[in-house]
Amino acid sequence: MKDNRPVNIDLTTFKYPLTAITSILHRISGIVIFAGVALLLYLLQLSLESAAGFAEVTALLDNMLIKFLSWSVLAALLFHLIAGVKHLLMDMGIGESLAGGVLAAKLTLIFSFIAIIAAGFWLW
Amino acid sequence: MVSRVTNLGRSGLFHWLVQRFSAVILGAYMLCILGSTLLSPEMDYAHWKAVFDSNLMRMFSLITLLALCAHAWIGMWTVSTDYLTDLQLGTRATFIRLLFQAGCALLIAVYMLWGIQIFWSI
Repeated sequence: MKDNRPVNIDLTTFKYPLTAITSILHRISGIVIFAGVALLLYLLQLSLESAAGFAEVTALLDNMLIKFLSWSVLAALLFHLIAGVKHLLMDMGIGESLAGGVLAAKLTLIFSFIAIIAAGFWLW
Repeated sequence: MVSRVTNLGRSGLFHWLVQRFSAVILGAYMLCILGSTLLSPEMDYAHWKAVFDSNLMRMFSLITLLALCAHAWIGMWTVSTDYLTDLQLGTRATFIRLLFQAGCALLIAVYMLWGIQIFWSI
């Protein structure tokens, strides 16, 4: 591998079509999940410890900040999952055209929007 | 050179494959937990504990934890080698990137050990 290849990963000079937006959201959601796993593990550990711990988690989730943080992590997870399924389908050769890519990006955004709103209703 | 030193598999194709295998495991686990939560409307401690309290589920949880660690490392490595470079950070890029990657590796190790502790003690 030559190290002097020309590269452009300067985000400020990029154009952002829908496919690029889903791609960058996939990365951002991945970073959010990576940090959010700490919260998830904490809540899981507490909830599995004892009945009192489970009640404590229920009470914690009534706290607006914790509820919002949990919803954010859940939202990132749902988007990452749906965008990931799109990735796997494209790896199989499904929708590997420009039109297919744009359609897949649209579907990813629509499905994850619905899933994230539904998750919000479920949490609240 | 330094960016390739941190590339654990030494092969992009290997990473590509690990990222997809681990993704399938993570997706399956997420749907499994989501499904068992949504399908039992009266979720209490006994129900919740029962979800995780079997040898099969313990294996599934621990394998998922392993998949998460591999998936997170490849993802964070990819992002950091794309956005923490001399293009964005100048001459200090290598130092900042290695610091960031060390932090990621540390957090991944914590997640791994913490997760084992949680799933093993059920």
